[in-house]
Amino acid sequence: MSNEAVLHTNVEGAITHDEHHDEHHEHHHHETFITKYVFSQDHKMIAKQFLITGMVWAVLGGLMSVLFRLQLGYPDSHFPFLENILGKWWVQNGQITAQAYYALVTTHGTVLVFFVLTAGLSGTFANFLIPLQVGARDMASPFLNMLSYWFFFSASVVMLSSIFVETGPFSGGWTAYPPLSALKDASPGSGTGMDLWLIAMALFVVSSLLGGLNYIVTILNLRTKGMSMTRLPLTIWSLFFTAVLGVLSFPVLLSGFILLIFDRNFGTSFYLSDIYISGVGALPNEGGNAILFQHLFWFLGHPEVYIILLPAMGMVSEILSVNSRKPIFGYMAMVGSLFAIAILAFLVWAHHMFVTGLNPFLGSIFVLLTLLIAVPSAIKVFNWLTTLWRGNIRFTPAMMFAIGFVSLFISGGLTGIWLGNSALDIHLHDTMFIVAHFHIVMGVASMFGMFAGIYHWYPKMYGRYLNNTLGYIHFWITMVGAYLIFWPMHYEGLAGMPRRYYSYSAWESFKQFGGLNQFISTVAMIVFSVQILFLLNFFYSIWKGRKVTTQNPYGSNTLEWTAPIRPGHGNWPGEIPEVHRWAYDYAKDGREFIPQTTPVDPNEANH
Amino acid sequence: MMATVVSQERKRLHPHKFLLWVGIGSIIMMFAGLTSAYIVRRSAANWLEFSLPPVFWYSTFVILLSSLTMHLSVKAFKAREMMRYRTLITITAGLGVLFATLQFFGFYYLNTHGVQLLGQGSNPAASFLAVITGLHVLHVLGGVIALLVIFMRAYSMRIKSYNVTTIEIAGTYWHFVDILWVYLFIFFNLV
Repeated sequence: MSNEAVLHTNVEGAITHDEHHDEHHEHHHHETFITKYVFSQDHKMIAKQFLITGMVWAVLGGLMSVLFRLQLGYPDSHFPFLENILGKWWVQNGQITAQAYYALVTTHGTVLVFFVLTAGLSGTFANFLIPLQVGARDMASPFLNMLSYWFFFSASVVMLSSIFVETGPFSGGWTAYPPLSALKDASPGSGTGMDLWLIAMALFVVSSLLGGLNYIVTILNLRTKGMSMTRLPLTIWSLFFTAVLGVLSFPVLLSGFILLIFDRNFGTSFYLSDIYISGVGALPNEGGNAILFQHLFWFLGHPEVYIILLPAMGMVSEILSVNSRKPIFGYMAMVGSLFAIAILAFLVWAHHMFVTGLNPFLGSIFVLLTLLIAVPSAIKVFNWLTTLWRGNIRFTPAMMFAIGFVSLFISGGLTGIWLGNSALDIHLHDTMFIVAHFHIVMGVASMFGMFAGIYHWYPKMYGRYLNNTLGYIHFWITMVGAYLIFWPMHYEGLAGMPRRYYSYSAWESFKQFGGLNQFISTVAMIVFSVQILFLLNFFYSIWKGRKVTTQNPYGSNTLEWTAPIRPGHGNWPGEIPEVHRWAYDYAKDGREFIPQTTPVDPNEANH
Repeated sequence: MMATVVSQERKRLHPHKFLLWVGIGSIIMMFAGLTSAYIVRRSAANWLEFSLPPVFWYSTFVILLSSLTMHLSVKAFKAREMMRYRTLITITAGLGVLFATLQFFGFYYLNTHGVQLLGQGSNPAASFLAVITGLHVLHVLGGVIALLVIFMRAYSMRIKSYNVTTIEIAGTYWHFVDILWVYLFIFFNLV
């Protein structure tokens, strides 16, 4: 079988269990601290590395949002203690400086989109779940998989170091539009900060490509006996489409970055033309086109939204089905809608550019394609709701977050239909309405998917449970808080309040939102502190949590629950289990659940 | 549905070959991004028209030839004619380096004939050519490095490996960068 073939041909790989397949896995021979915890090639350890690095970034990125919300909510207040902590570049006279504000907004966006919700989310769960749920001993290339993490780690180090540069990190927005990103003198952060940003992002692209290649090949090539594609859990389907999106769109971003690097360092004119920039003067460049970068950027940028969202969708589907004790409703429709979303993801990028100089005729085509996404999205929502319908629901924290995801996806998705119209977009573009939309539908919803995944698979990851009470507190405050933070932003945006502005005090018309902004900022701080509570729960439970005593605590059908409670490298001590049925035989023939490894009974009803 | 799964199991591509094919897909996307950027930019004003350096014809011939020697070396490996295999793989790597050198001669030719590739005053038309061709050369050199690693293995006396997977992967990649250049060459000539 091809599974074994990889393990045997991998000369330099760490497949130490090769020779002692049938022995117990507790006594690994050549594992030192370094090979087990640092340069590990075990997909489960790499998953944990991605998760914890992602969590560090989530805290930093979240903290940044608290800081700039402080400026937005309390523009007239002074916080001298911040000056002592952060220094004069960031805080002057107890107020966040304008430069720092833009740096914070930019870094918050970059970090959350790429480092937390791409690497932290699909890096963690693709690594952890793919081999365990398809029935493989490890990834197709454990070595490339390890490299993928370490490229991400180096990207993190470079990005982190850009925060400590004298001129500050890049501050032209996470989209890095030229000329702010192409011209070293355009703003303080456009110099060294942008250089580091580009290096970090290039390393990140390499990391996600290496990871994505592995995920695709493992899913297509290393499934266990009997695991046909239509028997895969929806988590795997979603992670598969995520990886395909990443592998096809990140290279285009990289080519955009390469041209940007040439514009910055080698005097070319891909994006720069003879514009006049105050403080710099007229540029010597001729014939560049800034819109070109936007096309290349959003050709990744829009699939990126789905790279973030699809893993959450897949995990939510699985968790909803397991905890409703019901088969997922419309399995093939779920797969089909994932496929439709993956295709459409490549055809809608220009809806980010309706007001930046796009031909209105072209715009109308992109409107149509954008609105088409509502169809597969509605199918998914319908199927989630019908899975819950009359289910025997177990409200575990993971289930709460999964239901919360569905709620957020509906609320945020509906505003997407507004924004997909190029005519409405003229009014709503670059307002707080956008901020509300994408934070709810993509940011918070995917965070909820991630939380659901962590709460659900934590017992498999660490052999212990998270504290449920803390989990419920975490859920309710985050859920209510997320709506309290982002819902009011819709009103601000409809009133025309622009996003990314440092201060609104110059506009009489936005003064009415002063109190609302204060309210949003206060809730943001509360929600942030609850995330710290979650982190305490997470790290405390690794060592002190309640121990898992049964192999299959949820009564779940998927393969990961047939592995030992603390699986070693290679996942199953003996043979890899064979699969006889799909992953969703719940409440069938009077049985609560039938694991995928149970052979089909001839008298069994057809599904 | 159930019966077909088992029978297909054995015919599956080796996972590392599969990795390469998906990787090739992502490289294609990168060059697709760059060439479509080229098309988009070309339709705008201020686009310098110039003809490609004649030396590119020679480099095209060289890389096509190297594909042939690569193909023969894989055949030699499969026939276990190790001496022939070593010679051919050395020639292939040499032709790869020659290709890269010829490309740089092409850049030099353009620069001396009034087409500035990079730097202030350069036209995007020329810069595009430099960046896209340069990136392709990097991919060829990556292939050369891969061949060197295999070459070292072929001369190492300790390991006698008759596993064709590695050399086949290198071969597939080599043919891919060859085809990629042919595509780029036609693209630059026609578009």
